[in-house]
Amino acid sequence: MAIIRFTSTLVRHRPAPDLAAPGPTVRAVLDAALADDALLKSYLLDEQGRVRKHINIFADGVMIADRVSLSDPVGPASEIYVLQALSGG
Amino acid sequence: MATFWVASRKGLFRFDDDGSGWATTGPPVFLAAPVTAILDDPRDGALYVGLAHGHFGCKFHRSLDRGTSWTELMAPAFPGGGGADAPSVEMIWCFAAGGADEPGTLWAGTLPGGLFRSTDRGDSWQLCESLWDRPERKRWFGAGYDHPGIHSILVDPRDSAHLIVGVSVGGLWISRDRGHSWHVGGRGFSAAYMPPDQAEDLVMQDPHLIAASPTDPDRIWCQHHCGIYVSDDGGERFRESRGVAPSSFGFAVAPHPTDRDRAWFAPAQKDEVRVPVGGRFLITETRDGGATFRSHDQGLPQDPSYDLIYRHALAIDTSGNRLVMGSTTGNLWASADAGQTWRLLSAHLPPIAAVSFAP
Repeated sequence: MAIIRFTSTLVRHRPAPDLAAPGPTVRAVLDAALADDALLKSYLLDEQGRVRKHINIFADGVMIADRVSLSDPVGPASEIYVLQALSGG
Repeated sequence: MATFWVASRKGLFRFDDDGSGWATTGPPVFLAAPVTAILDDPRDGALYVGLAHGHFGCKFHRSLDRGTSWTELMAPAFPGGGGADAPSVEMIWCFAAGGADEPGTLWAGTLPGGLFRSTDRGDSWQLCESLWDRPERKRWFGAGYDHPGIHSILVDPRDSAHLIVGVSVGGLWISRDRGHSWHVGGRGFSAAYMPPDQAEDLVMQDPHLIAASPTDPDRIWCQHHCGIYVSDDGGERFRESRGVAPSSFGFAVAPHPTDRDRAWFAPAQKDEVRVPVGGRFLITETRDGGATFRSHDQGLPQDPSYDLIYRHALAIDTSGNRLVMGSTTGNLWASADAGQTWRLLSAHLPPIAAVSFAP
């Protein structure tokens, strides 16, 4: 299962432990991992499911390209980092 | 004990007066987070705030113990599934409590310009689609922000189905059926920023703040982008206050709680020069329904000042004697004599978006 790790600046606001979930894309992994935590999900994604403007998501060291559909592929050993951008502060 | 709240760029401050003067204690709640709106619900004492985190988006919190503890709830949101260009709530700009006969009902106005309703003290929100779907909304445009937004929501204390909503820029909207249908009011407004032949287009108006006399809700005050306006028919028609010195430009208006003819304003020079006229920061007051105005500067800066009072940052309490205002420069002043004299409470706060007295 892919692992999701969250920026510590987010942990100031919501409990955000490392999560693990299966799925072939960043979207699938996030949907599975956050299915029961809509509040935490709302810190990453807006109500349209898009990555928030000043959030960056890296999958296996590469910033994801598809911020609308989150279709970037991941594998069972992938690491997904959810980080705040330096913009937006 | 009297209390007011300060919603600032870096947290929510509480000021209390136990008889020895206003004072605040401790760090603010939501330290470092921009607080964009607060409601201290007069019906049940619940507190609601909107936050606009720079990175994490619009958030919504509720306190049922007068601010000792807070619970985060899902913020108002547009229906999902709309794709790349669909709207997303950036900020809660205002709240309003529903009527006394509808406990638990709340209203929220957002950027972009959504009107949202909750019937369960904010546990869930529904977009008021009847306003969102109005064809005129396509003509609304941003003012100060990139998107148009809803900053004023009035619920008639005589009839909670009667609503008035202010949109910058999008005019003044009236519903008589709890938001099921709407029509645009504000006849008499004039917009100098429009081509002359469209200056009186009702949908193109920029009411910076709309406020009603609590005891005579047909008396509506509007600090408009282009002047000060007064209505005697619940916002359908307005007349302009002419010759207001030093300026009729501003954002805030605070109507007296019982005297329909009395209100306070915080003028600035003009739209493209949003500083006090001549550097002299002062408050204006009318006691005759907007016919004449007087200025008050006792206790306010005598040196050149660049303070601007945002639309929700001037408030009056239910007695009509205490006023408080906070500026974009982080100065906070209070008056105990109906605005005649002022006292600086702090010169070191973050930029202030809103102030609100506890009921």
